[in-house]
Amino acid sequence: MTVPPLLVARIDWNISADLHQMLTQHFMVNAFRAGTVVAVLAGAIGWFMILRHQSFAGHTLAVVSFPGAAGAIWLGLSATVGYFAGSIAAALVIAAVPRSSSGRARSEESAVIGTVQAFALALGVLFVSLYGGFLDGLTGLLFGTFLGISDVQVVVLAAVAGAVLVLLAIGARPLFFATVDADVAAARGVPVRALSVAFMLLLGCAAAEVSQITGALLVFALLVMPAAAAQQISPRPVVSFGLTILLAVAVTWLSLGVAYYSAYPVGFYVSTFGFTVYVLASGGRALADRLGTRHLRGALSPGNQSGPRPGVATA
Amino acid sequence: MAEQASELRRVSADSPPAPATSAAPAIKFQDAAIRLGGRTIWSKVDLEVGEGEFVAILGPNGVGKSTLIKAVLGILPLAAGQATVLGRPPGEAGHEIGYLPQRRSFDANLRARGIDVVRLGIDGDRWGLPVPGGSSLFASGREKRRRVEEVIELVGATSYAGRPIGQVSGGEQQRLLVAQALVSRPRMLLLDEPLDSLDLPNQASVAGLISGISAEYGITVLIVAHDVNPIVSYLDGVVYVARGGAISGPPDEVITSDALSSLYETPIEVLRTSDGRMVVVGQPEAPAHHTDRHTGHPH
Repeated sequence: MTVPPLLVARIDWNISADLHQMLTQHFMVNAFRAGTVVAVLAGAIGWFMILRHQSFAGHTLAVVSFPGAAGAIWLGLSATVGYFAGSIAAALVIAAVPRSSSGRARSEESAVIGTVQAFALALGVLFVSLYGGFLDGLTGLLFGTFLGISDVQVVVLAAVAGAVLVLLAIGARPLFFATVDADVAAARGVPVRALSVAFMLLLGCAAAEVSQITGALLVFALLVMPAAAAQQISPRPVVSFGLTILLAVAVTWLSLGVAYYSAYPVGFYVSTFGFTVYVLASGGRALADRLGTRHLRGALSPGNQSGPRPGVATA
Repeated sequence: MAEQASELRRVSADSPPAPATSAAPAIKFQDAAIRLGGRTIWSKVDLEVGEGEFVAILGPNGVGKSTLIKAVLGILPLAAGQATVLGRPPGEAGHEIGYLPQRRSFDANLRARGIDVVRLGIDGDRWGLPVPGGSSLFASGREKRRRVEEVIELVGATSYAGRPIGQVSGGEQQRLLVAQALVSRPRMLLLDEPLDSLDLPNQASVAGLISGISAEYGITVLIVAHDVNPIVSYLDGVVYVARGGAISGPPDEVITSDALSSLYETPIEVLRTSDGRMVVVGQPEAPAHHTDRHTGHPH
């Protein structure tokens, strides 16, 4: 939780010299390393989270890392342990609620998630006041410590991210099947329920990991925005998945670079660039849909849509 | 009820034009029963469906038509009796059965294309990562892609298979789902109310499509239906589920005014049109009014 001295480098607009100057700073190199790891992980998990409509659960898992970390610090443990303990515990609680496509179960799920989140935040406040006034640390827990990352942290981040990504890769196809079409997946022998629990745990790990960099409140900048934007841009799974990773990494790098040369926090830039990408993507899609339907209306005669079978009267 | 059941409980394998009828039936239930949450849904069910037959499962709401499908799939275990499906115990023929569950409509915001949903029918249950671009690089990938395209063309969905599935109409989604059920080249299709929620022209065309595929490829089809009219002219056999039991037989014997009136406990007339087709009049619970008990929300 060391916060580096507030330093604002001067930009000369000689990009290669500026980049070189920036990367002579070890904390910036570590920020880029950690940022890249976190961006790839958040993008990959976030893509499935958006597809599964589990953003609220993801948000809660991230928020819960705050009391986890605050509690760990209060107990004299490392904040990293606290981040993971908090998120994984919450993931287990949320996963215990049966998930179903029917409306009632879904609203029950969101009620449980909301309850968990409110209680977790209250615990966080309690731990902070028990520890007694570490206001700087509090800001770090909530809004991130992009610029104060140690070598050890980078290694831990990379190891956890690697493990989560390998597990995600193994389960990717059945998870996609279970997400899009749970009933048929179950009939074909896909363990839908187990996958749902496993995904929630991976989401918890990812949220804990990303929280350490972006803070508990700005996790969504990387978990939601790139995936949401990419899914707006393309309905092709492989394309939108790749695009998600690209956007997440690009937003992170750009934010780190800009933040280095300005007085404002990295978290602000990550969220702002992510937001911009999302607005552009959904605006672009709305425009494309509009042009597309006009085009389609011209191409299809009204009675043409019930299918190609001749001899069937269409109304 | 009992005497009627014995009168109607005829093995349907001897019903007329069943292509590729072999000695072993595709589905055989003997004295089968299902219990759910302590309640017996149905019991003492004897059932035989021959290979390549097109058979409807009919009956009032909540009698266990979907349960029968799930018992064939092996999702629900039998509480009593025996069953074989494609010569094996239920649940062991997963890849040889195409299943279309009751009333799925995709979320309008789901960002996956129809073709992706169909493709899941081939290898969606496999672990490991699909190689990006692998579908064009490797022979097996090309073959799978060709199969997906072929089956999409078969159901006439080529023009909209590339659009997000939540944004095509109900009838178009249903065709894509039939394609998904067919893409693994199953020997049997289990379709749970595939015509419900479709408008009349679409009911007729999807019913025609399914029966055509059944006849051409010798696929056994079990179709749960609310309204028998769109499919009545294609049927090789009928299973009526009612009042804790089931009877089966050729359509001519089961679809009669007396049998139906007694099963539904309401006056029903079976009429013949001048071209020999049957029309069932007075059948209760038209699709528009019925409430879906399985997902618990009205529509």
